Amino acid sequence: MIIDLIQMRAGESGVIWEIQGGHGLMRKLYSMGARPGKKIIKVSSHFWRGPQTIEVDNMQIAVGFGMARRILVAVER
Amino acid sequence: MNIEKILLIGNPNVGKSAIFSRLTGAKVIISNYPGTTVEFTQGKMKMGEESVMIIDAPGTYTLEPTCKAEDVACRMLGEGGLVINVIDATNLERNLYLTLQLLEKGIPVIVALNMWDDAKHRGINIDVKKLEENLTAPVVPVCGLTGEGIKDLVLRMPEMKPSKPFVSTDGQKWGKIGKIVEETQKLTHRHRTLLEILEDLSIKPFSGLLIAAGVMYCTFWAVRFLGENLIRHMFEPLFGGLWSPLMLRLSAFLGEGSFFHHILIGNLAGGGIDFSQSFGLLTTGFFVPIAMVFPYILSFYLVLGILEDLGYLPRLAVLMDNFMHHLGLHGYAIIPFILGLGCNVPGALATRILEERREKFIAATLMAIAIPCMAQIAMIVGLVGQRGGKYVAVIFFILFALLIIKGLILNRVLKGVSPEILVEIPPYRIPQIQAVIKKLWMRLSGFLKEAMPFVLLGVFFVNVLHMLRIIDFFSYIFTPVLTGLWGLPKEAVSVLMVGFLRKDIAVGMLGPLNLTTKQLIIGSTILAVYFPCIATYIVLIRELGVKDTLKSTFMMLVAALLIGASLNLVLVD
Repeated sequence: MIIDLIQMRAGESGVIWEIQGGHGLMRKLYSMGARPGKKIIKVSSHFWRGPQTIEVDNMQIAVGFGMARRILVAVER
Repeated sequence: MNIEKILLIGNPNVGKSAIFSRLTGAKVIISNYPGTTVEFTQGKMKMGEESVMIIDAPGTYTLEPTCKAEDVACRMLGEGGLVINVIDATNLERNLYLTLQLLEKGIPVIVALNMWDDAKHRGINIDVKKLEENLTAPVVPVCGLTGEGIKDLVLRMPEMKPSKPFVSTDGQKWGKIGKIVEETQKLTHRHRTLLEILEDLSIKPFSGLLIAAGVMYCTFWAVRFLGENLIRHMFEPLFGGLWSPLMLRLSAFLGEGSFFHHILIGNLAGGGIDFSQSFGLLTTGFFVPIAMVFPYILSFYLVLGILEDLGYLPRLAVLMDNFMHHLGLHGYAIIPFILGLGCNVPGALATRILEERREKFIAATLMAIAIPCMAQIAMIVGLVGQRGGKYVAVIFFILFALLIIKGLILNRVLKGVSPEILVEIPPYRIPQIQAVIKKLWMRLSGFLKEAMPFVLLGVFFVNVLHMLRIIDFFSYIFTPVLTGLWGLPKEAVSVLMVGFLRKDIAVGMLGPLNLTTKQLIIGSTILAVYFPCIATYIVLIRELGVKDTLKSTFMMLVAALLIGASLNLVLVD
């Protein structure tokens, strides 16, 4: 099923489905390694609409809450 | 081909500065977090008979900049030259995007495959030959921190050649990268290391906050312990036992009351020298920066250097993100704040890693108002601490409250919203002692070279103004504010004047005024708030522009007026 990054549970893995962002956000996320088709693992999410951290390849990235909502991920549940 | 200028270009935190330092021997700050380098640095390297200019540029993910630091890198590239494209071997795929962008422009490129040893430890094997064939550019595995492979890199530089520019879409680039990675990289499975488990723990909400609290407590404790003991067991005995007798001899030679005695030695207290009261160039002018401030600068930068090299700061940024949003900033703005605690100048420069103008303005203004530098902190601890540690705590509490209030107001008043955090979190790396000491040495000698002249200038300036009775004139003018509003004696005007130059010596000048504890708290707080030192101010003008700096200045003055007046009303003696 397709969910957004916020709905992913910590420790869960999935494949990035789509990034519904502005051009700038998409380009930056892509160049940081987060682009459609990539396998990611959600590492943690912080309280009160805090940043979400994910692991892509060997790198962890922290993504703000609003951005995380625009990152759609395919997970198996 | 003839090589004149070579640029180091690469993603943030791939080790460009480490390679730069290896190539040129030039001293630059190297840390384990993205955005360490915000300005370009030039250095020279010998290549055969020729001397080649090497430029270390800030990191960038793409050639379309998203903040001022990245903009610096892209602009440098526009000025021509050859490129050493530094890429992180543990993150081949992501790094190759910039490589392809560079090749697409036809720029002559050599690829430095950095962190080669790290990649091997992580079970990543890269076929360098294949990668070279695919990229049609020389690729050299290196390790910037140990220097391994740097010789090969230099030897192969003449192989760089311009290629024919071409155009490809992002999709095509990513497709090509996928193919290259598949052909050249092999991963072998291995178990998670202890460091990686720690990495995860320090970024999860509960354990992360616990660790952050622990780290901050230990930092505070270590800085204080080291600073206090250095002063007590090294610098005070040194000045009391060695320097003092020497100064007394000089004093006798010059004769009390003479012009030179006044400037060099200052006032004698009961026939002896009181290093915190005499206020001569050679007495207080030396004692304040060396025996009161330097020990704390040393202990702070030692601890900061270890945290930087470990890679802790970005994790703290993520944990603080929520809180910082209330102030109109995102979490990564703690980097300028933390650097500002050492010295406001690098703090102001570090605002370049923030994306938007509003954010830069808020971060710079808050830092200038409410983050005292370590020199100032050391003096507050030394001076106010004599009256009791709780009074020092009061000052820091006031400043922290001011930071929050001011941030809340600015976030409300200024148009726009704070952008969201988007930052990579580097893996933990065990700090190497040599690297930590080298960086500490750079910062300490920087302090001695840049701060000492200002301190001495400040002491000189005060003595001359006193002799010429110019201070009396100013204190007459400012008495209504000083005495009426803030409850300070009118002599404090000279403190504020010197505060423009340097904060540490200015705080030190509160000592001889025989202030009550309340006045001491008010004076120290106002000194922190009303204006940053001149060195910081110059950077603010450069980074924010004249108009925004004036706005910021106005806020500092208003904040100082209000905070001084309210403290005068609220505090009891």
